[in-house]
Amino acid sequence: MGYIAVKGGSDAIHQAKELVEFYRVKEQTPPVSVEQIRTQMRLACDKVISEGGLYAPEYAAIALKQSEGDVFEAAFILRAFITTLQRRYYSETINTREMFIRRKISASFREIPGGQVLGPTRDYTQRILDTTKIEETLKDIRQFLDRFESTIDKEQIKEITTYGKVIDLLKREGLLKGVGNVEDTTLKDITREAIKFPAPRSARLQMMARAETGGLMALGYSSMRGFGNTHPTVGELRYGTVPVRVRDRAGRVRYIGKIELTEAEMITTMKTDKKNSVPLYSIGYGLCFGQNDTKAICMGILDRAMRSPEGGAPANDAEFVLYHTEGVEAMGFTNHLKLPHYVTFQAGLSNVRQAVERANAAPAKVKAEPVAG
Amino acid sequence: MIENTKYKRSYNFAFIDESTKKEVRRKLLKAVAIPGYQVPYSSPEMPISRGWGTGGLHVTLAIIGREDVFKIIDQGSDASVNACNLREFVQAMTGCKTTYDTTEATLIQTRHRITEEELREDQILVFQVPQPEPLRSVERYEYRTRQMHGEADYAKMWVSLYESYVRHGGIMRGADYPVKVNGRYIMAPSPIPRWDVPNLNQAKTLYLFGAGREKRLYAVPPHTKVEPLEFEDVKFEIEKFDSLCYKTGYRRAFLDELYLDDGSRQYVINDSNFLDKIEQGGEITPFINPYIQQIEL
Repeated sequence: MGYIAVKGGSDAIHQAKELVEFYRVKEQTPPVSVEQIRTQMRLACDKVISEGGLYAPEYAAIALKQSEGDVFEAAFILRAFITTLQRRYYSETINTREMFIRRKISASFREIPGGQVLGPTRDYTQRILDTTKIEETLKDIRQFLDRFESTIDKEQIKEITTYGKVIDLLKREGLLKGVGNVEDTTLKDITREAIKFPAPRSARLQMMARAETGGLMALGYSSMRGFGNTHPTVGELRYGTVPVRVRDRAGRVRYIGKIELTEAEMITTMKTDKKNSVPLYSIGYGLCFGQNDTKAICMGILDRAMRSPEGGAPANDAEFVLYHTEGVEAMGFTNHLKLPHYVTFQAGLSNVRQAVERANAAPAKVKAEPVAG
Repeated sequence: MIENTKYKRSYNFAFIDESTKKEVRRKLLKAVAIPGYQVPYSSPEMPISRGWGTGGLHVTLAIIGREDVFKIIDQGSDASVNACNLREFVQAMTGCKTTYDTTEATLIQTRHRITEEELREDQILVFQVPQPEPLRSVERYEYRTRQMHGEADYAKMWVSLYESYVRHGGIMRGADYPVKVNGRYIMAPSPIPRWDVPNLNQAKTLYLFGAGREKRLYAVPPHTKVEPLEFEDVKFEIEKFDSLCYKTGYRRAFLDELYLDDGSRQYVINDSNFLDKIEQGGEITPFINPYIQQIEL
């Protein structure tokens, strides 16, 4: 019986795997190329590399194809892929002041050094379903590109350089409070070491950089809406490319390529405990792979909120925020409820039956109440 | 000619890279040295969902060798779909022989059961653990529970057991019954039924626990004292079954409650390999403990 049952279980999972593959291809439409996903599903790939914690847009596209566009699943596939790789180097700290800017906005000042650069954004478009997309051809794309390129002044591009940051303006004026020595500045690698609480800021930021966008958004939003006291302003939101360098064995720093990042510096007023102290500004910091404004902004809000644990709201609670915005873990555990639990259930059942028996035997003293197993 | 191997990856033996396996083994040594103490570890992502046995897999893959014979059960059954998937994964990544026979296996991974057959010195049992923190039900914050363990401050736990007795006339803890290991740490034995808890005590086998999502490892070394929490006058009890296995007539095993097509309720031995052996008249070597001995044969 055992053998047959085992075969039954194995057969069932193999058939289910076949069936889900059938659902992916059953309509016999032309296969989507990984290249198409990487380029035309750019923002989905950005979410996958960010939540997967691996800067590999091409692999992200493969994972998206494999998972029929499920971003959670695709991020999870990349995480599992990382496990097969050895960590050979740590990069030198990247410097976002070196960023080749594609987008740079500030809500705090009307004009900032280098100006407001909207860059590629859908923020100011009407979200009207564009039914013409159904007829889009490669010819249309080429026509658009020709027209687009003809409007660009190539001379101006050469002038693009790096720009100072908005926070520098505040720092220079002495309005910005540094993180200070209250903060634990130990550098942790959360992929090599389980996070412990109270966690240093490095671990908190790393956890959030890999966290799920929706989770960060829910908690970030809660903190602004009323469950917390964060009232942030976008000091600066940047999206662009930043060089990455590693130090080789001889100690020389080597440039190994560029990565796309979104960075948010959220300005908030700092509550101080001392009487008559100067109200200073402080920064909540958000940084993630790819272009993802929502994630970077909410990360900035939560970074700031977690530094005020006395706030008492969910967003102020580092354990609450970090454990529950970890998308891969949350998704896995939520779905594990589908696994059989009949042994566990039996163990609880036996308790409840005995309690009910006891209650029925002595109705005046103890009443049978439902108890979670 | 340089060949492009970017898309032709082959995996390391047992999937995980060697330095991480080494880390897991070192943390396991620490866990064995401090029975019941939860050791944080890196817990890399597996190609299996979090909460589906990743911690058990980390342990299995870190300690498995080419000569090992691997068995995996889920809720006592070799046939459970997730066990089948994990078995295929371990087999594909190691090429190790797999078995359903408890006595043949050298390494057994389990979710929520200890085998009915007694395990030997040359076997290792690896538990998949959803929640390694026994105090989580009484204290939600990790930094506080670590402190409570450090100071052996288990008052909240005892009070919760007492409250349970006062409210319901019994300790209403089913699976994952808290135990004290080696007279020091309170430990979550993973959601095994109470039936299995006495089999942790003074066992011949090394018990290793992996909680992947929560990133903790712990262990009960062989011949270690493991006591379920109980009061002098309110004792720990194992599950009671009013019936016997309808297939074999056997009583001294953890039974599953079945509802058959005609609506009748039957009980059957939960451990699939144990059931097979009894049905086929094979030799069995069950665990013996005082609780089981009270049950008539």
